[in-house]
Amino acid sequence: MEIVCPAGTPASLRAAVKAGAHTVYCGFADETNARNFPGLNFDRDEMREGVKFAHDHGAKVLVAINTYPRAGAEAIWHRAVADAESSGADAVILADLGLLAYAAKHHPGLRRHLSVQAAAANADMLNFYASEFGVKRVVLPRVLSVPEIAAINAETEVETEVFVFGGLCVMAEGRCSLSSYATGLSPNMNGVCSPASHVEYHDDHGALSAKLGGFTIHKVGADEPAPYPTLCKGCFSAGDATGHLFEDPVSLNAEKLIPQLAKAGVTALKIEGRQRSRSYVAQVVRNFRAAVEAQAAGRPMPEGMLAQLTEGQAATAGAYKKTWR
Amino acid sequence: MHLTVGPNQFFWKADAWSAFYDQMAAAPVERVVLGELVCSKRLPFYQDRIPGAIETLLEAGKEVAVTSLALVTLKRERKLTAELVEAGVEVEVNDLTMLAYLPKDVPFSVGPLVNVYNEGTLAWLADRGATRICLPPELPLESVTALAAEGAKRGVTVEVWGHGRLPLAISGRCYHARLHKRTKDNCQFACEDDPDGLTVRTLEDQPFLAMNGVQTLSDSCASMANQLEVLNKAGVNALRLSPQTGDFLGVCQAWRDRIDGRIDAAALSDRLETLSGGMRLSDGFLTGARGADWSRAKEGEVA
Repeated sequence: MEIVCPAGTPASLRAAVKAGAHTVYCGFADETNARNFPGLNFDRDEMREGVKFAHDHGAKVLVAINTYPRAGAEAIWHRAVADAESSGADAVILADLGLLAYAAKHHPGLRRHLSVQAAAANADMLNFYASEFGVKRVVLPRVLSVPEIAAINAETEVETEVFVFGGLCVMAEGRCSLSSYATGLSPNMNGVCSPASHVEYHDDHGALSAKLGGFTIHKVGADEPAPYPTLCKGCFSAGDATGHLFEDPVSLNAEKLIPQLAKAGVTALKIEGRQRSRSYVAQVVRNFRAAVEAQAAGRPMPEGMLAQLTEGQAATAGAYKKTWR
Repeated sequence: MHLTVGPNQFFWKADAWSAFYDQMAAAPVERVVLGELVCSKRLPFYQDRIPGAIETLLEAGKEVAVTSLALVTLKRERKLTAELVEAGVEVEVNDLTMLAYLPKDVPFSVGPLVNVYNEGTLAWLADRGATRICLPPELPLESVTALAAEGAKRGVTVEVWGHGRLPLAISGRCYHARLHKRTKDNCQFACEDDPDGLTVRTLEDQPFLAMNGVQTLSDSCASMANQLEVLNKAGVNALRLSPQTGDFLGVCQAWRDRIDGRIDAAALSDRLETLSGGMRLSDGFLTGARGADWSRAKEGEVA
């Protein structure tokens, strides 16, 4: 199986490629991609150089242009598609219907992948994107169990890519405006979720409370670790219950499911984290590359290799296990 | 400005469901969209009532459409979605899966859970047969204005979320089941206890969101009460009123009074606050700094 690795910077791209990434994904430094964070992403020259470096080392580059273009400003996204093609990128990762139609019409030779932000969650939808826009691969939303992924692959020729490690969306991706409800900025429109610009910490009688857009997301004691206040992983109350009502502050680790995902017909395993450091990326990539090599050779999976890298030391297999729901 | 009653987002008992649509036959609205939007497990409890409700509404002169499910994953859900083609009325697409089943010559409408953020997407949907689009509630006024203009050019009616708790997210996980320490497959229909959703509060006891099974809503009741002139000027054709318990007929009537010029924005806001049992109103997605904001908030109040 192909390992698809994040690169938030040219240095991360080189680190990922050297660590054994088959494929790297990255974005331009603007609102056209869903990790539009300060100090991250590639300008046009860096993209060309990054693609050349990857190709020289036998790796591929995918360019994520996966926010929803703003009305009146679609030209910015159109230019990103054109520049991805001229940089020599192997494919673009798109979510918006209008942008898919544009790319299919004006850049027919540029391979198109469907972003997780389009949340295509069944075989009919995958086949729809293939027949309408020539989509060759779909990144599946994190709402499906492994048997459901196997069933999808049995009904489509489209390649599937699934997340195996890193941040975990609890909601269907690209269909969530929780962040903009609290802050005005959203993944779909701005390429950010629960942005740091809207986070405030308060010392509340020895407890540290974290607010997002003025709403308290969690409160921890002075000696406890304080996870980043991502909205859907906050602590809230409803009825008589108080706790992490949507999701605990966990991240995804599906390393143990690699054999099942291979059997389910998955083409590529995706690692989240373009905002992560290059040493983190290199370590995760090395481990996953070793795991897929072991899988292909029929050797047992290396165990618990990535536990220390997961957010807040807690990991979940997410929706891949049906009981998560 | 026309009024549309959107599909009920909550799980109501079948008799309450039927009574609501009997009432809507007499409501001063042009259009009603019904059917199950949020969770396919609810449908068997009232599915047999849908054809009768459609007939009653059509006889009362309403335009009627049925919604597709918001998130289609299971085989059973794909089948349910495909069968909507045979419903005998227009389909409102709320998940693009529906387009895989709709023949290309059949006109359709598009609901607020489909991502229509720009002119290119609107144009593609119009070419595919969309005659009406209710825009995602997240859009700011500049986008709404641009899309209304594009809609006018292409003969697509443009609708905006006008009243009701905002659909903010949809998930594979059921939060009502999780709250009761159950899994989705064994949910025991916990969401039925909260026919307007269950308020989610912050640790400071501030009402923030509302859970509704696999759906997460705003706690506030979104309202375009203070935005009618702005939306008229932008070229928006219709407002969507989202069903809630209590005197929903009164909500429809209040809006009709406002559109017909019998009451002003302040009077409408006051009436809606009363009719919605004191729910906080919001219109921040359109003109505020964040979705939760309310343009009529008084100084010192949480905006």
